Amino acid sequence: MRKKQERFVVTFATITGAMAMEQACRSAGLPGRLIPVPRSITAGCGMCWSAPPSARADLEALVIRERLDVDGLYAVLL
Amino acid sequence: MIYLDNAATTRPKPPGVAEAVAAAMNDYGNSGRGTHPEALEAARSIYGVRQALAALFGCPRADRVAFTPNSTMALNIAISGLLGPGDHVISTDLEHNSVLRPLYRLQAQGGAVDFLPADRQGRIDYEDFERLLRPNTKAVVCTHGSNLTGDLVDIRRVGSFCQKHGLLFILDASQTAGVFPIDMERQHISVVCFTGHKSLMGPQGTGGLCVGEGVEIRPFAVGGTGVQSYSETQPEAYPTRLEAGTLNSHGIAGLGASLAFLERTGWDAVRAHESALAWRFYETVKTIPRVKVYGNFTVQLRAPIVSLNIADLDSSEVADELAERFEIATRPGAHCAPRLHRALGTEDQGAVRFSWSYFNTEAETDAAAEAVRILAAEAV
Repeated sequence: MRKKQERFVVTFATITGAMAMEQACRSAGLPGRLIPVPRSITAGCGMCWSAPPSARADLEALVIRERLDVDGLYAVLL
Repeated sequence: MIYLDNAATTRPKPPGVAEAVAAAMNDYGNSGRGTHPEALEAARSIYGVRQALAALFGCPRADRVAFTPNSTMALNIAISGLLGPGDHVISTDLEHNSVLRPLYRLQAQGGAVDFLPADRQGRIDYEDFERLLRPNTKAVVCTHGSNLTGDLVDIRRVGSFCQKHGLLFILDASQTAGVFPIDMERQHISVVCFTGHKSLMGPQGTGGLCVGEGVEIRPFAVGGTGVQSYSETQPEAYPTRLEAGTLNSHGIAGLGASLAFLERTGWDAVRAHESALAWRFYETVKTIPRVKVYGNFTVQLRAPIVSLNIADLDSSEVADELAERFEIATRPGAHCAPRLHRALGTEDQGAVRFSWSYFNTEAETDAAAEAVRILAAEAV
């Protein structure tokens, strides 16, 4: 398995919310990708946006600017 | 075969639609069930079509567009999820059974429904909305265009009435989506219910509803969503709230292709072509002795539908003769619009419906009119 490193993770209530996030990040040139939600956040299913911690401020600003429908913001080891 | 049954389903579909469905079947995983490339490809495709539909209908957000297998399911979801015992609803005699049966069921459950009556020409009087208003009126549910006559309802006027009295406005856009402009915000529409396979020219098995801000619909079906697996209830967030089970990503990909075709071709150009053909047909058949045409042709703007009867001939017999002898596809019978048939006086005879799409031609239209002329001459 890969060595764990800190990531900034955004979760969503719906898959549609995740799609909106991915599209907005691609348009804004912000880093990250969609991954399955890790159990350290919730023992369910679904997908989340995983990005380097250095992008946190830009991603949070994007969420507010684009009115993205996010469920939670986390700093986790993945 | 000259295909003039496009109000039932448009045929053929635009170039690229079948190809998009086939590509999706070969390439897509299941949207929202994992984050591998195949699942994400399906999810991205669906999201893109949500965005296109939100833009088309003036829906405030793409996540307020929920997919269903058809317009009937969308109407069932909206009506059963917004209305209940004690609520009063206003509708019209123009409705299809996809509106009528959910409303009759609501009546059986303790709701109340009044219908604006249609006259012998199929016209409604908009003053009746005020007349039918009650203290417990909660919603207006009505069609944008009659599937039997092609007559349009003035949805701007209905929306203003709903806004004035604080009512929900549930619109059945089955016959008009993509042909006539619909703007949820400007026309004060709470829910637009649409099908993908008629005027939007997509595959059968696609449809949905656009839900306005502040409109809270109770889920009709509950089940797998790809999110919140340990929750015992359906997630509340739209569109997941209304989308239990695997979505028809293959069909939705086809719908995306048809929407792209309509956008490229131009919505106005499509409407103008279809309308011109329907009017061309009407101008000929209205002059033929023993032919009776239904609907209000004093209004220029109408869905590309012309329904008629020849003398007292059974509409089923006429449609069968058109198909077998002239190779012209039409639809006879009652058209799932029983209240309007009663108003028009065609409950027993039904009507033969001719309906156009962008892919029909003047030559086809003239051939259909000539076939009507021949059958009418033989009906002496």
